[in-house]
Amino acid sequence: MAYEEVKVKEPIRFKLLSIMSLLAFFGIWEFIVDAGIVPRTMLAAPSQVVVLFIKKLTQANPDGATLGAHAWMSAKEAVTAYVLAIIVGVPLGLFMGWFKVVRGIFRPIFEMIRPIPPIAWIPLCIFWFGIGIWGKVYIIWIAGIVPFTINSWVGVNMTDPALIQMARTYGATDWQIFTKLCVPSALPMIFGALQISLAYCWTNLVGAELLAADKGLGFLIEMGRRLAMPEMVVLGMVCVGIGGALIGVVVDKLEKRLLAGIRR
Amino acid sequence: MNPKIECRNISKVFIQKGKQRVHVLEDISLEVMHNEFLVILGPGQSGKTTLLRIIAGLETPTSGQVLVDGKEVTGPGQDRGLVFQSYMLFFWRTVMGNVEIGLKLRGVDKKKRREIAQHYINLVGLQGFEKHYPHQLSGGMKQRVGIARAYANNPEIMLLDEPFGQLDAQTRMFMEKETERIWQTEKKTVIFVTNNIDEAIYLGDRIVTLKDKLPGRMDAIYDVPLPRPREHTDLEFVKLRQEITDRSELVL
Ligand SMILES: Nc1ncnc2c1ncn2[C@@H]1O[C@H](COP(=O)(O)OP(=O)(O)O)[C@@H](O)[C@H]1O
Ligand SMILES: [Mg+2]
Repeated sequence: MAYEEVKVKEPIRFKLLSIMSLLAFFGIWEFIVDAGIVPRTMLAAPSQVVVLFIKKLTQANPDGATLGAHAWMSAKEAVTAYVLAIIVGVPLGLFMGWFKVVRGIFRPIFEMIRPIPPIAWIPLCIFWFGIGIWGKVYIIWIAGIVPFTINSWVGVNMTDPALIQMARTYGATDWQIFTKLCVPSALPMIFGALQISLAYCWTNLVGAELLAADKGLGFLIEMGRRLAMPEMVVLGMVCVGIGGALIGVVVDKLEKRLLAGIRR
Repeated sequence: MNPKIECRNISKVFIQKGKQRVHVLEDISLEVMHNEFLVILGPGQSGKTTLLRIIAGLETPTSGQVLVDGKEVTGPGQDRGLVFQSYMLFFWRTVMGNVEIGLKLRGVDKKKRREIAQHYINLVGLQGFEKHYPHQLSGGMKQRVGIARAYANNPEIMLLDEPFGQLDAQTRMFMEKETERIWQTEKKTVIFVTNNIDEAIYLGDRIVTLKDKLPGRMDAIYDVPLPRPREHTDLEFVKLRQEITDRSELVL
């Protein structure tokens, strides 16, 4: 490729500024808890969180599972639901974009379900699935499927009509235009949904686990509340944050690689 | 001999935004002979693209008809290859992928279609660029891909709509030479649309000029009996150029 990648370096002083701001944040936080300005029943100091983190790496009590087990459970739920969202959402959106019949059938249902916050499904899910993995997978799936369906649909609709005519002059059938033209030109939009959907999945995962779980990072936060251990709540929050960021990086890498070949 | 393409009294009226009538073409009648290189010369907004799209079967005329080999055109077909001003390449496919698309859609097996596509990639001088994507090519190269793609489908008729309109003058002249060379190598019946008078005289066996206001109407038809390849500085060339300019007051 003829383009050279250039790294633009952030000037050192801005980096220093960021580091200092973080240090100040944690310093003040530690101080207000240690000094008793905010009581320990309401907020845990960063040092307490670190201590609990190290302890939870090996100990299952008092909440019933090690930190690794919680994280693993959450990851399993999120990834399962995410993959199912892709498998169902992308073809659904693509077909809705190209075939009027499919659009006619699914659009009203889709539009009806879409405004319902996924968390609102929790009670039904408990009826249907209990508190096992599938109830949460369902809720996360409902959240994650929306961006895939919409983006695939819009992607197909954005196919250059002139290109479609072009293909017709080459004798392409409707099905060929769909598979060889509309689907490829929808790909950038679909890849765009990878990140959006992941964010939806991860936030709703925590919501689902808060209410219906016996393991998972959301459950860890909820147990912290029940056991009146703010340090456990904060530990759960931090792990959710780090987990989300980590998966974000992976998806970003993947997206870049997938898009490399089809950039205009 | 019967003409390869025949346009009979074609008129076209568009309805814009549901109410505005735009009269774009009026009473266009022309004949193109087998393997003839016909140029349609007209300024912007004279209905040239519309006429070409009607011949391609992408629009239906409001009145009149288009005949190819004596049969009325009712839609796009593989006997007519199109090359657009805006290239229209499939941006997610390589040069090879673009050139072989017509063959692929028709279900020609891979080995055979690669062979044919390679032949036309070589013909337009793009060997070595088979694996490149459109965004990695210059304008001239993109249009070569467009021409190779149309040729690879082996149409009997080539319809070119201002194919070099977006190129700089030098590349444009080079591409005109190339177009002539390719046409001489594999003869086709060609309709070539342009707004450039030099391009028209350089390439055409005959030139049809359109009047410069909508609706597009035929103005005159010129024979270009000059031997090929032609020279822009040739006396006959210059004389014909003067004649066309004087008559049509084309501002070029
Ligand atoms: N699909 C269409 N719908 C409505 N109006 C059109 C359409 N296509 C072309 N026109 C009108 O026809 C006129 C002539 O267009 P065109 O054939 O592209 O001329 P040219 O190629 O000579 O510039 C334009 O002004 C445009 O408004
Ligand atoms: Mg035009």
